[in-house]
This record gives sequence, C-alpha cells and structure tokens, in this order.
Amino acid sequence: MKEDTNILELRNITKRYPGVLALNAVSMNVKRGEVHGLVGENGAGKSTLIKVLAGAHAPNDGEIFFDGQSFSALTPRQAMGLGISCIYQELNQVNYMTVAENIFLGRELKTSHAFVDRKTQVEVARELLADFELDIDPNTPVGLLGVGKRQMVEICKAVHSKAKLIIMDEPTASLSEKEAGELFKIIKKLRQQQVTMIFISHRLEEVKSVCDSLTVMRDGEVVANRRIEDVSVDNIIKLMVGRDIKNKYPKVETQRGDVVLEVKGLTKAGEYENVSFKVHAGEILGVSGLVGAGRTESIRGLTGADPIDAGEVYIHGKKVNIKTPQDSIRNGIAFLTEDRKGQGLVLLETVEFNTTLVDLKQFKTRKPFLDLRKMKDVAKQMVDSLRIKVPNVTTLAGQLSGGNQQKVVLAKWLLSESDIFIFDEPTRGIDVGAKIEVYNLINELVSNGKAVIMISSEMDECMGMADRIIVYHEGQVMGELDRENFSDEKIMYAASGYHI
Amino acid sequence: MNRKKNEEVRKDGAVEATQSEETKEKKKTKKRGSLGIMLSLIVLCVIISILSPRFLTVANLTNVLSQATVSAIISVGEFLAILTAGIDLSIGSILALSIMMLGIFAVNMQMNPMLAILLALAVGTLIGLFNGILLTKLRLPHPFISTMGTKMIARGLALAVTAAQPISGFAPSIQFLGNRSIGPVPASVILVAIVYGIMFIFMTRTSTGRHIYAVGGNVEASRLSGINVHKVLLIVYALSGFFAALAGLLLVGRVNAAYPLAGTDYETDAIAAVIIGGASFSGGVGKILNTVIGVLIIAVLRNGLNLLNVNSAYQTVAIGVVIILAVYLDVIRQKSAPVQK
Repeated sequence: MKEDTNILELRNITKRYPGVLALNAVSMNVKRGEVHGLVGENGAGKSTLIKVLAGAHAPNDGEIFFDGQSFSALTPRQAMGLGISCIYQELNQVNYMTVAENIFLGRELKTSHAFVDRKTQVEVARELLADFELDIDPNTPVGLLGVGKRQMVEICKAVHSKAKLIIMDEPTASLSEKEAGELFKIIKKLRQQQVTMIFISHRLEEVKSVCDSLTVMRDGEVVANRRIEDVSVDNIIKLMVGRDIKNKYPKVETQRGDVVLEVKGLTKAGEYENVSFKVHAGEILGVSGLVGAGRTESIRGLTGADPIDAGEVYIHGKKVNIKTPQDSIRNGIAFLTEDRKGQGLVLLETVEFNTTLVDLKQFKTRKPFLDLRKMKDVAKQMVDSLRIKVPNVTTLAGQLSGGNQQKVVLAKWLLSESDIFIFDEPTRGIDVGAKIEVYNLINELVSNGKAVIMISSEMDECMGMADRIIVYHEGQVMGELDRENFSDEKIMYAASGYHI
Repeated sequence: MNRKKNEEVRKDGAVEATQSEETKEKKKTKKRGSLGIMLSLIVLCVIISILSPRFLTVANLTNVLSQATVSAIISVGEFLAILTAGIDLSIGSILALSIMMLGIFAVNMQMNPMLAILLALAVGTLIGLFNGILLTKLRLPHPFISTMGTKMIARGLALAVTAAQPISGFAPSIQFLGNRSIGPVPASVILVAIVYGIMFIFMTRTSTGRHIYAVGGNVEASRLSGINVHKVLLIVYALSGFFAALAGLLLVGRVNAAYPLAGTDYETDAIAAVIIGGASFSGGVGKILNTVIGVLIIAVLRNGLNLLNVNSAYQTVAIGVVIILAVYLDVIRQKSAPVQK
C-alpha cells in the first residue's frame, strides 16, 4: 500500500547557536505516508529540528530533500507552499474568531465581489469536521473550545491546506486520555489518506502504538533510526539517555543536617497536586521531570510567587505562612528563577544595583538614607568572591554573559542571608566552563550548611550534583531516589509516569 | 586604573573583553545623552539670544524661570509615573480640582490659610492615590486608561464645585509661593530647587527610590526580589497627585485666582518635558534632574517664539514637532542600547 519512497530526507543538518551546537550533522529519512516518531530528552534538539523544517530557522549546513526537491534552507512561506504544516504546542489561533474563520485564516474564500465568503467557509469547515467525526460547530469561537478540540481544528486547517507532512510537537502533552484517543483515530485516518506525519512525544507507549518508525535524538545528534517493531520502550529509554557521564560534576561530600524545609500537600488545581518533600541542611535535593510536569510551578507556589490552592510549609519544624515573595524572603528562602533576564535581573541597571536589591535595609546606616559607599564596597566584595567578570560594578547587568548574570543573581541572594536556596535550571544557557563554577558555588553553599533545591531538566546534571532526587510527572511527585540508587532509567521511568 | 582592569578582564576571556569595550562605548553614549540635553538647552538659548536681544535680560529670564515653575513641579509626578513604565494623564485636572478646593476652603469658607493649603494638597494626593488603587487593587490594564478616566472625573468636579465660576481674592500668605520673591529670586524658583533637591536624594539615596527604578525596569524581578510592587506604585501615583496640587498652589499665587479650566493640557507638556529629559517610555530609565532641563527647553522655546512674534498657532506646531522629535530620540536611544528588555 505504501510507496517505498522518502517524502523527506535530511542530510547532515547542522545548526549552531552562539556557544551551542544544537544540531550536529543530523540525517533522517521519513517515508511517504508513515507516522514517524521523534523522541529525545529535553534539549536533545527536537525543537530546533522542527524549526528548521518549518522554515523558522535556517541551518548552518546540510541539505533538505522534500518531495524530490532539494533545499539548503527553507523560509516559512516555502515550507507552507511545499505542504509542511506544524502543529505547535502553543497553538497559533485567534481566540475570538470562529472555528471556520481560523481554518481559513490567511486563505479566506472570496465571493466574486472580493468579500469573504463566510457561508461557503462554514460549509467547507463543517464537511471537514464531519470527515473526522468531530462534534464541533464551525461557528464557535475557538477560544471557547478545550485544548484537545482546538488541536483538532488546527489539524483540520493543515488538512485543508493540503499538507503533505504534518509535524505534531507533543500533541498529547496537554490532552486527557480520551482526547488523546480521539487524536490517534485522526492520525490513523490521515495515514490512510497518505498524509505523512512526524509525531513528537515523551510518552513512549504512545509512540510505540502510533508510529511506524522512530528517530531517537540525543545532544543534538541522531542516535538511532529504527522500525518501530524493532524496539521496546526499554530500548528507547536506553537510547535516549545512554551517554557517558564525564566528570562534569564536582560533587563534594557534605554533612547532612536537620530538616530545614518541609512541604506537605502543595496543590494548585490543574498544575500540581499533593506535592510533598523535605530538604535537609547541607544537602542538594534534585528535582527532575519533564518540562511542564509542574516542577517550577510548585516551587513558585512554595515561594509565594504564585498563589496555591492548598498545602503547608514548615521551616525548621515551624509552620509558616508564605503568601508573597516577601514572606518567602523573610523566612530565609532564596529563589533563583529559571528566567534570569525576565525574572531575575533589572537588565538596564548596574551590577551594584542588582546585587543590593533584595535587602536594602542593611545599607540604611544613616536612616532613611542608603550608604552608597557601603553598597559599592559590598557589591565589589561579591564580584570578587564570586569571580564575576565585569570591568566594574557600574556595568549594566544586561551586558554580561549568561554565566556572569547567574552569578549576579546568586550574589543578590547571598546578601539576603537565606538558609534555603532554590535554583531553577541554574545552568541553562551557560557554557560548560561557567557551569562548573556555578556548581562549585552551589557546593560552597551546602558545605556551609545551607539547604539547596535544584530543579534541572538535564538528567545527568541532576544525578551529578544532587544527594537525593525527586521526580515529577504531570504535577505529581512520582518517586524519590537516594544517591546510591540514581539511574537514568529509573528517573526516565518515573518521569514517564511509572512508579519506581 | 580603568584600563588596567580592562586588561585583566581581557586575560580572562575574549568574550568579557568585548563586553567591557561595549561598556566603555555605552558609558560614552550615556554621558553624551546627559550632556546632549544640557547642550540642546544651551544651543537653543544661544540661537534665541542672537535672534532677539530681549531674550538675555534679567527681566525676561526671571519671567521664563517663574513661568516654568508650575510645569517643573507638575513634571516631577509625570517623571515618576513614566519611570515605572506608566503615565499620568490626570495631573492637569488634579491641579484644577485642588485649586478649586483651595478656593472653597480659603476664600469661601475663610479657613486658616495654612490649613486650606494642606487640605488642597491632600485632595491632590488622594486623587493620585485613587489612580494608584485603580492600577494595583483593581488591576486596570494600563494607567493610560485609568488616569484618562480620572482626568475627566476631576475636571468635571472642578467645574461642578463652583458651577464653573472662578474664585479670586486669596490671602497674601497663600499667594506667597506664586508671586513673591526672596531677594531677587522668585519664591517659586526656590521651591522648585528645593523640590528637585529632595527628589534627587529620594531617587538616589533611599530604598523607595531604588525600588521605583527596579519596578520600572523589571516588575517581575522586583516582585520576586521581595519588593512590594503595589506599594511602590501607590506611592508613585500619590506623589504625582501631590505635585499636581503643589503646582496648582504656585499657579493660584501667580494669577490670584482659581479657575476650573486651569491646568488644561499641562500633562502633555509634562510628558514632553520628561521624555525630552531622556526618560524612557518603556520605564526604568531616567534622571530626575534632566526632567527640569526638559521643562526649561519647552519654556525657553515658548518664550523665544513669543519674543520673535511667532503666531501662537505656529507655537503650538513647534511644540508638537519637539515632542515628536523627543520620542524619536527615545526610539534611537532604545535601538542603540545593547541591552534588550
């Protein structure tokens, strides 16, 4: 039934960002009419690859063959013209417009008088929806539909635009089981119509049941191209994580002290549920799990950055009430956010301004005035002791490299004299050398008896630095591992929703 | 010394070295920016004094200064609002309502002048606080909308309280700030100097001042750093209202009357002064002392065009051109800045 030709061939696609090799000579073949799975850890390069296919990014090197034509790079318009359609996790829809209007967005049907032919649009949309047995009224504004239905509308749009290749980026991540089932039905139907699909998912069981073949990516490279019947879920996990861990992590042994922070039953409807954990003085608690599993969200709830529905927080055994970031700081919690530029720093201000921002009280030696000289001296001391590379403390924070920005954020929190340091992706976007410096600073904290929580999507970073790891899956803590029990497979299992 | 440090940095890594170069570059442009505003004022003065011999006389300059005082005071509040990435469109109307209330308290009700002044200032401050509450507690999306509403409410009330009748006959003590001089210097000019002196220290030497810059530069980072963002914004808009009322007090002294259409369009001049003074419309960047230079640029321009007998219609055109130029300068500044917000 299937033609045995490739609709898409990638040859040695390479994409470099400053300091990062996102795709390293990636080659893959996708057969016409098949459902091709694409899996890999966070940061393996899947998203970059999709962006290359959708024309959002131009590769530095390599060739793309699509439907017999060869390209060194695609523009978004070219990709669309070729029939490549991408269903992103963040759907590109106009909420206030109806289903029909969204399906025809940018390709409106016109009457002979150059007006939009709404009637025909609605009719065609109705037929399309009926074709997929979807119970959606084409006159409903898409904003009123659930995520699952909106995704279906997006697929209808792709089908209507005569897409030959539909790329679905984690389509089931935000779907219920029932909705996912409906999606799989549609995928089957599309395959019968000879539409080729690339299916990205972290749910490996799904990949096993939906796909015909599979590409596994790791660290920007393709590590395997298999027929689906030739691999088991276990094989796939091994392929995804099987890298050698070099001595990238300067872990030090520390004395574990009393419980400093205990969280009980932290809950926020739709984001995380019944999250409980403890952190001791002098230990690093690693927090692992997939992006979107509720790790950052629950920590933001814990630190008062966002409201929670339920849950209790104990510090040194005493129950505390944290409703705002101020409460959290008063209780000795420092939260170093994942997004340094957006949430950690005032980029247009100086290093000195940023380091002294959290606790200005200590500089009010002559009330109510700030002691500017003392502020400058303290900022200089922090710059020296953290080895922040800046010409002077009046340099603007926005001009520093990622690693140095992270150090400025750390300096800010060190000055606040916290007991509990929470790092959310502490080394994201930082080059390797600077990473080790950040690890050493974290080590220094725990050596001095501070408690550290480290959220990290890089599994080997988590295993390399943490004393214990908790793993999140869809808003819940699925399991906890002690250092002697760390393994890629166990974490991956837990992150995929299996109890360990 | 600086160069030595740069060399040290260079040893540490090429990336950092280029960054320090950028910093140097940035510093230069920063200085040029600050100087540039002062320079524009001087150039403007020179041109006008060449074109009109009447410009550089003590009488005229004193006149320019004392006319600029109302705008200088009211612009302080606008500066604060713009620094937090907001805006306050209601200050002209707040001025009007405050002075009408001053008239009612001091003239109609024959209250103690000091008490009447304090109450009038309180009226302005409270309306400013109301703006702050709309923004923080009611979470209206942008102060453009909320202060526009307040602008209409306050103007309407200013007209309503005396059925649009002006009030005159203020006691000399109330007029003091607006029309007396201490030695050769108008009292209003001294008040402006004191206000800007205090505000300079407030902005640079107190934690609230720093918090205002932080909130304007990055709200989320400020919040997560434990800054009470709502409190900061309430203070900013309350101060804006206070300064509008204080400016009103100067105006009443100068013209010896409170009239309900006073302060019409003052907010436009204030916004222009703040932007000409180099504050960024996107918040977080700006210097209080440059605001007064912005005020002077507009005042000198107006005065010069008057001296040159330019038709008042074309004066309006000229001010409009300057406002657009100022915002365009802001755009260029943003483009040349290496820091992306």
